[in-house]
Amino acid sequence: MSGFVPRGQGAMATFSGFEADLLRSLASQLVELLRNEAAVPSSATDPLEALLDFTGPTTEPDDPVLARLFPTAYPDDEEAAGEFRRFTEGALRDGKAGNAAAIIDQLEEAGLPPELEEDGLWIDVELDTAQVNAWMRSFTDIRLALATRLGVEEGDEDYWRSLPDDDPRTHVHDIYEWVGYLQETLVASISGDA
Amino acid sequence: MPVEIERPEADELTSPAKPWVTIVWNDPVNLMSYVTYVFQTYFGYPRKKAEKLMFEVHHDGKSVVSAGSREEMERDVQAMHEYGLWATMEKADS
Repeated sequence: MSGFVPRGQGAMATFSGFEADLLRSLASQLVELLRNEAAVPSSATDPLEALLDFTGPTTEPDDPVLARLFPTAYPDDEEAAGEFRRFTEGALRDGKAGNAAAIIDQLEEAGLPPELEEDGLWIDVELDTAQVNAWMRSFTDIRLALATRLGVEEGDEDYWRSLPDDDPRTHVHDIYEWVGYLQETLVASISGDA
Repeated sequence: MPVEIERPEADELTSPAKPWVTIVWNDPVNLMSYVTYVFQTYFGYPRKKAEKLMFEVHHDGKSVVSAGSREEMERDVQAMHEYGLWATMEKADS
């Protein structure tokens, strides 16, 4: 595990087949979550009416991960918050799904097969500035999703360390920390701090 | 030097120039380096100012990161959500 290093105006990293496959799976789950829960609560029963309803949602998503990815902009003004959500959430969802899809596409272009079977596969990923931006944002979304599911809180590192190795949360928390490490090295690579 | 003086909008005469603010709230997930990077990249703040705002978020739980018209702040809040930061907006005097 080596993280990102600077390369030109962007960054590069070498992933094992296992790591690349894990990253693809995390990005895929994020895409699925963003696409699955309807952005618009389908109150319309008439199919034509439903098709013609271009407006966005006005209430906070039920799923806690989505609620964290799309926070309420006006905490004290429900009406303004609803309007803001109606005009922004669709575009935000598309942007986040697009960033996650960019990770999947790039890993596959760099040589990750649709089904990982062989051992000893290594994949070099080179990112230009725009791709760095997409990956960085998606790493953030993936970490927010994992942290929300785990219930990560400020300063709770000792708690996670105290869990037994065979606790499934330990495994997920390790993945969360690994994506954090990738994020840290990616930011450093393009900030001149690497 | 301005070569042309634009007629001020009525709004600008009756209300303060920057009546709304964008607030970024602390969360246990986002990395200090990333938050600093976002403030530098999106707002164009120098490293020092970006770090000062990041530490405010980290230690005080929140920080006012920009001020302007309601439309401008809606743009900033949306951009912060694109980056995965937890941002809200409110009237500057509230």
